[in-house]
Amino acid sequence: MNEATIAKIKERLASLRKLPGIGEKSVAQVLEEHGFTRRDFLKWSAAMAVMLGLPTKFSPLIAEAAEVSDRLPVVWLHLAECTGCSESLIRNDSPTIDNIIFNFINLQYHDTIMAAAGWQAEENYEEALEKFAGRFVLCVEGGVPTKDGGEFLTIGPNAETGLEKLKRTAAKAAAVISVGTCSSFGGIQAAAPNPTGVKGVYQVINKPVINVPGCPPSAKNIVGTILYVILFGALPAVDNFNRPKFAYGLRIHDLCERRGHFDAGEFVEQFGDNGAENGFCLYKVGCKGPYTFNNCSRERFNQHTSWPVQAGHGCIGCSEPDFWDSMAPYEEPLANHKFASASVDATADKVGATILTVAGVAIVAHAALSAIKNPKE
Amino acid sequence: MAKRVVIDPITRIEGHLRVEVVLDENNVIKDAYSSATLWRGIEVILKGRDPRDAGFMTQRICGVCTYSHYKAGIMAVENALGIEPPLNAKLTRSLMNMALFFHDHMVHFYQLHGLDWVDIISALKADPKKASEEAFKYVPKGYNPIATGEDELREVQKRVAKFAEKGDLGPFKNAYFGHKTMKFTPEQNLIALSHYLKTLEIQRIAAQAMAIFGGKNPHPQSLTVGGVTCTMDLQDPSRLGEYLQKFQILADYANRAYYADLAMAAEAFRNEPSVTQKTNLGNFLTYREHQVGANKWLFDACGYIKNHDLSKFYEIDESKIEEDVTHSWYKDTGFRHPYDGETVPEYTGYVDGKSIDGKGNEVDTKLANPNGKYSWVKSPRYDREPMEVGPLACMVVNYAKGNEKVRKVVDEFLAQTGLPAEALFTVLGRTAARMLQTKVIADYGLEAFNNLVENLKSDKSTVAPYKIDPNKEYKGRYIGDVPRGMLSHWCRIKNGKIENWQAVVPSTWNAGPADGNGKKGAYEANLIGMKLADPTKPLEVIRSIHSYDPCIACAVHVMDVKGKKLGEFKVDPLYGAC
Repeated sequence: MNEATIAKIKERLASLRKLPGIGEKSVAQVLEEHGFTRRDFLKWSAAMAVMLGLPTKFSPLIAEAAEVSDRLPVVWLHLAECTGCSESLIRNDSPTIDNIIFNFINLQYHDTIMAAAGWQAEENYEEALEKFAGRFVLCVEGGVPTKDGGEFLTIGPNAETGLEKLKRTAAKAAAVISVGTCSSFGGIQAAAPNPTGVKGVYQVINKPVINVPGCPPSAKNIVGTILYVILFGALPAVDNFNRPKFAYGLRIHDLCERRGHFDAGEFVEQFGDNGAENGFCLYKVGCKGPYTFNNCSRERFNQHTSWPVQAGHGCIGCSEPDFWDSMAPYEEPLANHKFASASVDATADKVGATILTVAGVAIVAHAALSAIKNPKE
Repeated sequence: MAKRVVIDPITRIEGHLRVEVVLDENNVIKDAYSSATLWRGIEVILKGRDPRDAGFMTQRICGVCTYSHYKAGIMAVENALGIEPPLNAKLTRSLMNMALFFHDHMVHFYQLHGLDWVDIISALKADPKKASEEAFKYVPKGYNPIATGEDELREVQKRVAKFAEKGDLGPFKNAYFGHKTMKFTPEQNLIALSHYLKTLEIQRIAAQAMAIFGGKNPHPQSLTVGGVTCTMDLQDPSRLGEYLQKFQILADYANRAYYADLAMAAEAFRNEPSVTQKTNLGNFLTYREHQVGANKWLFDACGYIKNHDLSKFYEIDESKIEEDVTHSWYKDTGFRHPYDGETVPEYTGYVDGKSIDGKGNEVDTKLANPNGKYSWVKSPRYDREPMEVGPLACMVVNYAKGNEKVRKVVDEFLAQTGLPAEALFTVLGRTAARMLQTKVIADYGLEAFNNLVENLKSDKSTVAPYKIDPNKEYKGRYIGDVPRGMLSHWCRIKNGKIENWQAVVPSTWNAGPADGNGKKGAYEANLIGMKLADPTKPLEVIRSIHSYDPCIACAVHVMDVKGKKLGEFKVDPLYGAC
């Protein structure tokens, strides 16, 4: 991160300032009206900088980006999904403040939230595509059914397939963000035998796509990615699966609170046993933390209330491609897994591999002790 | 001449739904078609997998009722294997479930359904002082209203006024504000608008309440076949304290805002025919839910009523549950019990036709084929009759059965609003029932918490051990009542793998197309006879559909490619027939 980068960001923010916003108030002003001081806001900006993996000197720029965030038109498209990602965003990981950011992006279309329906909703959609052509961010929730022309999903009075609608919309978008594992990699409906031919968004459009997987992803990762786009006017650095490194750079295992027990060889052997009472490592009851890149162990969920490993259940690997097939059964160790898989980003892997050197040996040892079963064999 | 109005997408729901109505010259609905436009096929994906994984996969049927299918998937396997989880696990599951109900019902009423009742623009004309005084009229006895102080209302108004002055209303753009069937006064709109904003905060607390024992929300991850994994959290008094505190905040909000706003709606909308027209479908089906003690449930009825008759309660016979696909995009198999379900997709698409658009023009569009197939949703039937499921069914069936807790809250609400019991069988009543269900949980749900604390003194167990014998065949089911109504999951296990899985979900009961006997499901049946003030702005239709809280991803799960005869269904003695 050098001065040239900062200059580039400043230039980007200046250009954003010139765009029309939805309100006259900046986010900082709105926050003040809700009892947040300028100081709170700057504190939040600093925290976001840390989360995005930026030096703290970037935090004023993040504050500035948040202030002009209402200039960023967002169109949110639902395809084959369960709405868990939208729900995650609504719950929000950082209380109130992210929610306000969410409200104060220029949300043009989001069918779970918007007031309009039917023809009026369609009108909003087409208008957003025209008015903000080349400028809006397209967030996609859900996988894309492609079998038989994609007939398993139609949207709108003319029964346009989700596939057609996605292609048409993506062609006009400034950036495309796949929110969640379904839009990133196909998700549950793409699990074997994938009866509707579901694919990830990046597989059906000709544009760079940033993947924010997770089932669902934490609100922080969604908001962080959108904020990055506002800040840099570009997509963040990504790994081989196009996941932002700031969120998916480390394995769950790397920062796990039960890691000490793993290193000490203390394991839960069965749910509900003494090991479970003492918070031992969940590897032997199937935790996929060593193979899963995400920041759950650091960021947790629902305002840091908990995360699956704290609640005594192992990670199921939900931010990895094909995890529904490759990580199952979820309650058995995945002993012989390629935790240094060639498909995983080289840099992230190097970091992870170093941390995991000792762990790797331990995993192999445990693997030898565990009966390995494949659910689909 | 008959006119058709196509509404696609129905927004502010989970999933993809289209509704079409046929109007006569007076804009009265003569016919209606409900069409789900997405199919995902999760059950076929379940086949051949480890039964212990089923809960995680069924959970992904829906991210809104995020816990319902998880619990159902786990409990169907437990039922099949004959496992009885420890009481601690059962009660912990209930606590998570109650958090879900608070979350789901409140978000539905304010964020999803609210904009069908509340005119945000009208709220700007309100007198905040008058509104603040008015808010006291609707809370239950012994409570004061919340988030309706004069200063708070003034701030809400200022905030929204700024927003409305701009050309671009963002997510509120192009709504049906100013519609003739909007009946709240400006002051009432302002009260509701303040609660719309406040609920965004409250719902986060509900999500946290679930995450304490669930690890996260949506898609919690602490259930396992045999029990729960949050062993440490249950032994941590501060964790229990956190739950208690959050429950109390939610219960308080249910009384001081949610209950009050429904009482207010009951008064304002009592003369609006589109929300007080009696439902055309008079059959209501429900099942027990919310275990609060070793053998005690908050809603204990497992049965139904017929023809709006609150005086007769009938027990459910599970063998009479069937699904039909005459008008669904699957190969026709006639009526089938879920254990014998067969589902081969057979998409025939829509037909060319015309619809009145948002500007009043008749335009070319696609239409559901009334003589053919037109939805990805199947049509479940009980004893060959369509049934409504959901909170209204839960309330009226429990009322008919004589459930004292339900009787108390329903009678009090009717007395306060001056409405007759008949008023329950309406769009307004359906929306009120969701609130009344929440109130029962708010008022009595902590019994589960207290019993859990009591039990933990002498019993620490959280998981029951079990073994899956690969040489044995198992079958079992879960039936319960989730936020959208009666849910059942049916499974068969063979060679240690899932051989068959079927889910019959609430939105399928309500949203399904007509069956082979021409009988319409709840959505379609209840639109007929409703008059639209303006066909270009079909708010009445949207309000009616939203009153069911549609969850279409749930409804389009259904798939079993092979569909073999699974033999006679027998109720597991462990769970009994309730």
